[in-house]
Amino acid sequence: MHITKELIHHLAKLALLELTSEEEKRYASELDSLIGYFEKLQEVDTSHVQPTYHVVPLRNVLRPDEAKKTFGITDLMSVVPLHEEGAIKVPKIIDIE
Amino acid sequence: MNLYDFTIEELSQKLSRKEISSEELTRVCLKRIHETQKQLNTFITITEEAALETAKRVDKIRLKGEKLSPLAGIPIALKDIFLTKGIRTTCASRILDNFIPPYDCTVYEKLKENDTVLLGKLNQDEFAMGSSNENSHFGSSRNPWDLERTPGGSSGASAASVAARQCMGSFGTDTGGSIRQPASMCGVVGIKPSYGRVSRYGIIAFASSLDQVGPFGKSVKDVAYLLKAVAGYDAKDSTSVPVPVPDYISCLKKDVKGLKIGIPKEYFIQGLQKSVEHAVQGAIDVIKKLGADIKEISLPHTQYAIPTYYLVATAEASSNLARYDGVKYGYRAKADTLKDMYQKTRGEGFGTEVKRRIMLGTFVLSSGYYDAYYKKASQVRTLIKKDFDDAFKTCDLIVTPTAPTTAFKLGEKMDDPLQMYLSDLFTISTNLAGLPGLVLPCGFDEKNLPIGLQILGPHFKEERMFQLGYAYEQATEWHKRTYPV
Repeated sequence: MHITKELIHHLAKLALLELTSEEEKRYASELDSLIGYFEKLQEVDTSHVQPTYHVVPLRNVLRPDEAKKTFGITDLMSVVPLHEEGAIKVPKIIDIE
Repeated sequence: MNLYDFTIEELSQKLSRKEISSEELTRVCLKRIHETQKQLNTFITITEEAALETAKRVDKIRLKGEKLSPLAGIPIALKDIFLTKGIRTTCASRILDNFIPPYDCTVYEKLKENDTVLLGKLNQDEFAMGSSNENSHFGSSRNPWDLERTPGGSSGASAASVAARQCMGSFGTDTGGSIRQPASMCGVVGIKPSYGRVSRYGIIAFASSLDQVGPFGKSVKDVAYLLKAVAGYDAKDSTSVPVPVPDYISCLKKDVKGLKIGIPKEYFIQGLQKSVEHAVQGAIDVIKKLGADIKEISLPHTQYAIPTYYLVATAEASSNLARYDGVKYGYRAKADTLKDMYQKTRGEGFGTEVKRRIMLGTFVLSSGYYDAYYKKASQVRTLIKKDFDDAFKTCDLIVTPTAPTTAFKLGEKMDDPLQMYLSDLFTISTNLAGLPGLVLPCGFDEKNLPIGLQILGPHFKEERMFQLGYAYEQATEWHKRTYPV
């Protein structure tokens, strides 16, 4: 598995990260070396092994479906970078012709 | 002896007997912070006014004769990954540079209930990604034992701050060794509790199946007091396990005669620094003299721990860090379209190591690679966990070195990410298996740099680790040595 600059460009798009061309080149070389080392895992026979995603024996931890008051709007809006009349303001999403 | 050299237990007794006031103690710590902050760069935010206010309030309550917690009036500090309402919380990242959380994490709520005094928020590797505290938007922290060296990471400053006597205890997080490795490198005691032992509610997430919160202190007993205050089930954390919290303090004086200690042969490898090996062997000899039974064991999948961890943790991180988009909080870049805003915000807001790990995680989870990398790593994780489960059938505890070397120089491992990752070899498996790990001082190398002993236990058996740790500590003098001021 060879990590190319093009693959890095694709991954950066997926992860919504803007990278400079210099960064793309550097990350390609670094990830190539890292993935190369991680290929080691292919040595391990995992043919009958279940994956572990989570180490405690808890499943479907739920609470009763009751409405609760947690935070006030003022508290939450206090951290918003740009807002107007109680709504979060962001750059244009839709282009209307 | 300076006031800041006493343990939490000793200070708590002095406060109870009204020999000192919390205000006095807090002022001593603040003075120490101001004297050493420039050299160590441990604090991102110092909450001086609020600290003195709390200290005075606790002093008043104590004068009324009311019964207080053993931690009441004790000055502590928190890694800047813990959300503290109204107090800037940055996670050492530009993307949260001016973030003021609208709520407290459960751990801080519990510490407030115990009337502890918060001195401030501590430096760290950005988003807990690193092993040296060098990946910080606010500059590296330094090791008090040698200012040219790192304090370890990612909770580097949390360890350094205790070692430097700026605070009497602190809290950090451990995802792959980020409490234990800095504890080792700074010569203090640190514990990563079992996964599910301490609430993660309000802790900025790195890898949700690996992250755990834990304390640092000058002694095993201090760490036991700090853990007791924050451990326990929290309904707000769906990975919090409802098991009772033992009284860790009463477990400390227990005899270790007959305790079965496993020493995994895979942890004594060629890359291990000679002085580290020597110190750990010395510690094993002491433990044997105390009456424990030592036996060699094998954890055969140890060599696969690093690739497993870096595939699983980065995958989880890429998902957890998707929320930082400039919309609802944090840094927002200037842009004309929404997509540009996301890309620029994240490109400019995240540091190099964070972006590296996000891309690695994105790769590992992406279509066409998921099975070969993420699923494969998750399967090997099962085998790593099984190694420990099997070992604990015949052992009560496992003892190992904490890191392959003592504190390395600033900049030494920054050019090669893999070199940095390999330094996590002895701590990483613990997180994959969800087990607890305690680290305490067991020696020094020829440059007077600290070496930590790691004690690992089965799930939810922290009291057994404290039992051995305390017995070893009381039989040795390492914890009494402080760094050259």
